[in-house]
Amino acid sequence: MNWTWFHKLASPPHAYRIAGSLAAWFGWPAFLLIIAGLYGGLILAPADYQQGDAFRIVYVHAPSAWLSMFIYGTMATAAVIGLIWRIKLAHAVAAASAPIGASFTFLALATGAIWGKPMWGTWWVWDARLTSELLLLFLYAGVMALRASIDDRDRADRASAVLAIVGVVNLPIIHYSVYWWNTLHQESTLTKIGKPSMAGEMLWPLLVMLLGFTLYYGAVLMVRLRAEILRRERDASWLRAGAGS
Amino acid sequence: MNEFFAMGGYAAFVWPCFLLATVVLVWNVVAARRLLEAARSRVVRSSNAVKDGS
Repeated sequence: MNWTWFHKLASPPHAYRIAGSLAAWFGWPAFLLIIAGLYGGLILAPADYQQGDAFRIVYVHAPSAWLSMFIYGTMATAAVIGLIWRIKLAHAVAAASAPIGASFTFLALATGAIWGKPMWGTWWVWDARLTSELLLLFLYAGVMALRASIDDRDRADRASAVLAIVGVVNLPIIHYSVYWWNTLHQESTLTKIGKPSMAGEMLWPLLVMLLGFTLYYGAVLMVRLRAEILRRERDASWLRAGAGS
Repeated sequence: MNEFFAMGGYAAFVWPCFLLATVVLVWNVVAARRLLEAARSRVVRSSNAVKDGS
Protein backbone atom coordinates (compact mmCIF):
# COMPACT_ATOMS: atom_id res chain seq x y z
CA MET A 1 0.00 0.00 0.00
CA ASN A 2 1.18 3.47 -0.81
CA TRP A 3 1.44 5.56 2.35
CA THR A 4 2.69 8.75 0.69
CA TRP A 5 -0.68 10.46 1.15
CA PHE A 6 -0.57 9.70 4.85
CA HIS A 7 2.86 11.18 5.42
CA LYS A 8 1.86 14.18 3.35
CA LEU A 9 -1.24 14.62 5.49
CA ALA A 10 0.73 14.25 8.71
CA SER A 11 3.39 16.74 7.61
CA PRO A 12 3.14 19.91 9.67
CA PRO A 13 2.46 22.42 6.85
CA HIS A 14 -0.37 20.29 5.46
CA ALA A 15 -1.83 19.53 8.84
CA TYR A 16 -1.68 23.21 9.76
CA ARG A 17 -3.55 24.22 6.61
CA ILE A 18 -6.12 21.43 6.77
CA ALA A 19 -6.79 22.07 10.47
CA GLY A 20 -7.56 25.66 9.57
CA SER A 21 -10.35 24.70 7.18
CA LEU A 22 -11.60 21.84 9.35
CA ALA A 23 -12.06 24.20 12.31
CA ALA A 24 -14.72 26.08 10.35
CA TRP A 25 -16.25 22.89 8.92
CA PHE A 26 -16.67 21.48 12.42
CA GLY A 27 -17.38 24.75 14.17
CA TRP A 28 -20.43 26.06 12.31
CA PRO A 29 -22.41 22.78 12.25
CA ALA A 30 -21.53 22.38 15.95
CA PHE A 31 -22.88 25.84 16.72
CA LEU A 32 -26.13 25.23 14.82
CA LEU A 33 -26.62 21.77 16.32
CA ILE A 34 -26.09 23.01 19.87
CA ILE A 35 -28.60 25.84 19.33
CA ALA A 36 -31.11 23.35 17.88
CA GLY A 37 -30.45 20.92 20.73
CA LEU A 38 -30.96 23.64 23.34
CA TYR A 39 -34.23 24.68 21.71
CA GLY A 40 -35.42 21.09 21.56
CA GLY A 41 -34.26 20.25 25.07
CA LEU A 42 -35.35 23.38 26.92
CA ILE A 43 -38.51 24.32 25.02
CA LEU A 44 -39.91 21.48 22.91
CA ALA A 45 -39.28 18.47 25.12
CA PRO A 46 -41.98 17.83 27.76
CA ALA A 47 -41.10 17.61 31.46
CA ASP A 48 -40.17 14.17 32.72
CA TYR A 49 -42.91 12.34 34.60
CA GLN A 50 -40.57 11.53 37.50
CA GLN A 51 -37.92 14.26 37.49
CA GLY A 52 -40.01 17.15 36.18
CA ASP A 53 -37.97 19.87 34.50
CA ALA A 54 -34.80 18.88 36.38
CA PHE A 55 -34.26 16.14 33.78
CA ARG A 56 -33.33 18.87 31.25
CA ILE A 57 -29.88 18.95 32.85
CA VAL A 58 -29.27 15.78 30.84
CA TYR A 59 -28.88 17.92 27.70
CA VAL A 60 -25.60 19.37 28.99
CA HIS A 61 -24.60 16.64 31.43
CA ALA A 62 -24.69 13.63 29.09
CA PRO A 63 -22.87 15.34 26.18
CA SER A 64 -20.11 16.61 28.49
CA ALA A 65 -19.75 13.18 30.12
CA TRP A 66 -19.61 11.60 26.65
CA LEU A 67 -16.95 14.10 25.55
CA SER A 68 -14.91 13.55 28.72
CA MET A 69 -14.52 9.91 27.67
CA PHE A 70 -14.43 10.36 23.89
CA ILE A 71 -11.66 12.95 24.17
CA TYR A 72 -9.69 10.71 26.50
CA GLY A 73 -10.05 7.87 24.00
CA THR A 74 -8.89 10.14 21.18
CA MET A 75 -5.95 11.36 23.26
CA ALA A 76 -4.89 7.81 24.12
CA THR A 77 -5.26 6.65 20.50
CA ALA A 78 -3.12 9.57 19.35
CA ALA A 79 -0.61 8.68 22.07
CA VAL A 80 -0.39 5.09 20.76
CA ILE A 81 0.11 6.29 17.19
CA GLY A 82 2.74 8.76 18.36
CA LEU A 83 4.62 6.15 20.37
CA ILE A 84 4.56 3.35 17.81
CA TRP A 85 4.91 5.19 14.51
CA ARG A 86 6.72 8.19 15.95
CA ILE A 87 4.35 10.60 14.25
CA LYS A 88 4.82 13.96 15.92
CA LEU A 89 1.45 15.22 14.75
CA ALA A 90 -0.18 12.49 16.85
CA HIS A 91 1.58 13.77 19.97
CA ALA A 92 0.40 17.26 19.05
CA VAL A 93 -3.19 15.98 18.85
CA ALA A 94 -2.81 14.37 22.29
CA ALA A 95 -1.34 17.55 23.77
CA ALA A 96 -4.10 19.69 22.26
CA SER A 97 -6.86 17.35 23.47
CA ALA A 98 -5.97 17.16 27.15
CA PRO A 99 -7.16 20.60 28.32
CA ILE A 100 -10.39 20.32 26.31
CA GLY A 101 -11.09 16.90 27.81
CA ALA A 102 -10.33 18.14 31.31
CA SER A 103 -12.79 21.03 30.91
CA PHE A 104 -15.61 18.68 29.87
CA THR A 105 -14.82 16.24 32.67
CA PHE A 106 -15.14 19.15 35.08
CA LEU A 107 -18.44 20.12 33.42
CA ALA A 108 -19.78 16.56 33.66
CA LEU A 109 -18.88 16.39 37.36
CA ALA A 110 -20.27 19.84 38.15
CA THR A 111 -23.58 19.40 36.30
CA GLY A 112 -23.86 15.91 37.77
CA ALA A 113 -23.46 17.27 41.29
CA ILE A 114 -26.04 20.00 40.68
CA TRP A 115 -28.44 17.41 39.24
CA GLY A 116 -27.76 15.04 42.14
CA LYS A 117 -28.83 17.50 44.81
CA PRO A 118 -32.58 17.64 43.94
CA MET A 119 -32.78 14.02 42.68
CA TRP A 120 -30.65 12.11 45.18
CA GLY A 121 -30.61 14.63 48.02
CA THR A 122 -26.84 14.96 47.88
CA TRP A 123 -24.24 16.72 45.73
CA TRP A 124 -21.82 13.83 45.85
CA VAL A 125 -21.54 10.16 46.75
CA TRP A 126 -18.34 8.13 46.62
CA ASP A 127 -19.79 5.49 44.35
CA ALA A 128 -18.08 3.87 41.38
CA ARG A 129 -19.48 6.11 38.63
CA LEU A 130 -18.70 9.41 40.31
CA THR A 131 -15.35 8.30 41.69
CA SER A 132 -14.12 6.89 38.37
CA GLU A 133 -15.18 10.10 36.58
CA LEU A 134 -13.27 12.12 39.20
CA LEU A 135 -10.29 9.85 38.57
CA LEU A 136 -10.60 10.76 34.88
CA LEU A 137 -10.21 14.44 35.80
CA PHE A 138 -7.06 13.56 37.77
CA LEU A 139 -5.74 11.56 34.81
CA TYR A 140 -6.17 14.56 32.52
CA ALA A 141 -4.46 16.75 35.11
CA GLY A 142 -1.66 14.21 35.45
CA VAL A 143 -1.09 14.00 31.69
CA MET A 144 -0.97 17.81 31.42
CA ALA A 145 1.26 18.24 34.49
CA LEU A 146 3.66 15.55 33.30
CA ARG A 147 3.94 17.17 29.89
CA ALA A 148 4.51 20.59 31.44
CA SER A 149 7.15 19.31 33.85
CA ILE A 150 9.53 17.91 31.21
CA ASP A 151 11.49 20.42 29.15
CA ASP A 152 12.61 18.06 26.41
CA ARG A 153 9.64 17.85 24.02
CA ASP A 154 10.24 14.29 22.81
CA ARG A 155 10.56 12.98 26.34
CA ALA A 156 7.49 14.94 27.42
CA ASP A 157 5.56 13.45 24.48
CA ARG A 158 6.58 9.91 25.33
CA ALA A 159 6.04 10.15 29.08
CA SER A 160 2.60 11.74 28.82
CA ALA A 161 1.67 9.24 26.08
CA VAL A 162 2.47 6.32 28.38
CA LEU A 163 0.41 7.82 31.21
CA ALA A 164 -2.51 8.53 28.84
CA ILE A 165 -2.44 4.94 27.58
CA VAL A 166 -2.31 3.43 31.07
CA GLY A 167 -5.29 5.57 32.07
CA VAL A 168 -7.46 4.05 29.33
CA VAL A 169 -8.25 1.25 31.81
CA ASN A 170 -10.51 3.78 33.53
CA LEU A 171 -12.82 4.25 30.51
CA PRO A 172 -14.63 0.87 30.65
CA ILE A 173 -14.78 1.23 34.43
CA ILE A 174 -16.63 4.54 34.06
CA HIS A 175 -18.99 3.13 31.45
CA TYR A 176 -19.85 -0.15 33.15
CA SER A 177 -19.72 1.16 36.73
CA VAL A 178 -23.50 1.63 36.80
CA TYR A 179 -23.99 -2.04 35.92
CA TRP A 180 -21.21 -3.57 38.01
CA TRP A 181 -21.82 -1.80 41.29
CA ASN A 182 -24.69 -0.39 43.28
CA THR A 183 -25.05 3.28 42.54
CA LEU A 184 -27.44 6.17 42.69
CA HIS A 185 -26.54 7.01 39.12
CA GLN A 186 -29.11 5.98 36.55
CA GLU A 187 -28.14 3.57 33.80
CA SER A 188 -27.14 4.72 30.35
CA THR A 189 -29.97 6.16 28.30
CA LEU A 190 -28.38 5.94 24.90
CA THR A 191 -26.91 2.48 24.74
CA LYS A 192 -30.49 1.32 25.18
CA ILE A 193 -31.62 2.94 21.94
CA GLY A 194 -32.78 -0.46 20.70
CA LYS A 195 -35.40 -0.52 23.45
CA PRO A 196 -36.09 3.17 23.84
CA SER A 197 -35.97 4.38 27.42
CA MET A 198 -36.71 7.93 26.36
CA ALA A 199 -39.57 9.39 24.34
CA GLY A 200 -38.63 10.56 20.86
CA GLU A 201 -39.28 14.22 21.58
CA MET A 202 -36.85 14.02 24.52
CA LEU A 203 -34.36 11.83 22.68
CA TRP A 204 -33.70 13.80 19.50
CA PRO A 205 -32.46 16.95 21.27
CA LEU A 206 -30.06 14.74 23.25
CA LEU A 207 -28.71 13.10 20.09
CA VAL A 208 -28.39 16.52 18.44
CA MET A 209 -26.50 17.87 21.48
CA LEU A 210 -24.19 14.84 21.51
CA LEU A 211 -23.34 15.36 17.84
CA GLY A 212 -23.01 19.11 18.34
CA PHE A 213 -20.65 18.72 21.31
CA THR A 214 -18.56 16.17 19.40
CA LEU A 215 -18.19 18.46 16.38
CA TYR A 216 -17.45 21.33 18.77
CA TYR A 217 -14.55 19.31 20.19
CA GLY A 218 -13.34 18.79 16.63
CA ALA A 219 -13.38 22.54 15.99
CA VAL A 220 -11.58 23.51 19.21
CA LEU A 221 -9.10 20.67 18.71
CA MET A 222 -8.23 22.01 15.24
CA VAL A 223 -7.52 25.50 16.58
CA ARG A 224 -5.41 24.14 19.46
CA LEU A 225 -3.66 21.75 17.08
CA ARG A 226 -2.62 24.67 14.86
CA ALA A 227 -1.17 26.47 17.89
CA GLU A 228 0.60 23.26 18.92
CA ILE A 229 2.08 22.80 15.42
CA LEU A 230 3.37 26.38 15.45
CA ARG A 231 4.97 25.84 18.85
CA ARG A 232 6.68 22.68 17.71
CA GLU A 233 7.74 23.96 14.31
CA ARG A 234 8.80 27.46 15.20
CA ASP A 235 12.18 27.08 13.49
CA ALA A 236 10.96 25.28 10.37
CA SER A 237 11.51 26.82 6.95
CA TRP A 238 7.83 26.58 5.87
CA LEU A 239 6.96 28.87 8.75
CA ARG A 240 9.64 31.39 7.85
CA ALA A 241 8.12 31.68 4.39
CA GLY A 242 4.49 32.14 5.43
CA ALA A 243 4.98 33.30 9.03
CA GLY A 244 2.12 31.09 10.21
CA SER A 245 -0.62 32.80 8.26
CA MET B 1 -42.45 32.95 30.06
CA ASN B 2 -42.07 33.05 33.86
CA GLU B 3 -43.17 29.45 33.88
CA PHE B 4 -40.35 28.62 31.51
CA PHE B 5 -37.74 30.28 33.71
CA ALA B 6 -39.18 28.65 36.83
CA MET B 7 -38.40 25.21 35.37
CA GLY B 8 -41.11 23.59 37.45
CA GLY B 9 -39.39 24.67 40.67
CA TYR B 10 -35.96 23.39 39.56
CA ALA B 11 -34.67 26.72 38.22
CA ALA B 12 -31.93 26.87 40.88
CA PHE B 13 -30.51 23.61 39.53
CA VAL B 14 -31.27 23.71 35.80
CA TRP B 15 -30.00 27.22 34.97
CA PRO B 16 -26.64 26.97 36.77
CA CYS B 17 -25.95 23.82 34.73
CA PHE B 18 -26.68 25.55 31.44
CA LEU B 19 -24.72 28.61 32.57
CA LEU B 20 -21.70 26.46 33.46
CA ALA B 21 -21.95 24.66 30.13
CA THR B 22 -21.98 28.01 28.31
CA VAL B 23 -18.93 29.17 30.27
CA VAL B 24 -17.00 25.98 29.40
CA LEU B 25 -18.01 26.14 25.72
CA VAL B 26 -17.04 29.82 25.41
CA TRP B 27 -13.82 29.39 27.45
CA ASN B 28 -12.60 26.60 25.17
CA VAL B 29 -13.03 28.71 22.04
CA VAL B 30 -11.46 31.82 23.59
CA ALA B 31 -8.53 29.91 25.12
CA ALA B 32 -7.81 28.04 21.87
CA ARG B 33 -7.91 31.23 19.80
CA ARG B 34 -5.65 33.08 22.23
CA LEU B 35 -3.18 30.22 22.13
CA LEU B 36 -3.12 30.30 18.33
CA GLU B 37 -2.72 34.08 18.24
CA ALA B 38 0.16 33.91 20.73
CA ALA B 39 1.85 31.14 18.74
CA ARG B 40 1.41 33.11 15.51
CA SER B 41 2.90 36.28 16.90
CA ARG B 42 5.87 34.31 18.26
CA VAL B 43 6.49 32.91 14.78
CA VAL B 44 6.24 36.36 13.21
CA ARG B 45 8.59 37.82 15.83
CA SER B 46 11.17 35.10 15.43
CA SER B 47 11.07 35.21 11.61
CA ASN B 48 11.53 38.99 11.76
CA ALA B 49 14.47 38.47 14.09
CA VAL B 50 16.02 36.10 11.57
CA LYS B 51 15.47 38.60 8.74
CA ASP B 52 17.00 41.41 10.80
CA GLY B 53 19.94 39.27 11.72
CA SER B 54 20.74 38.15 8.17
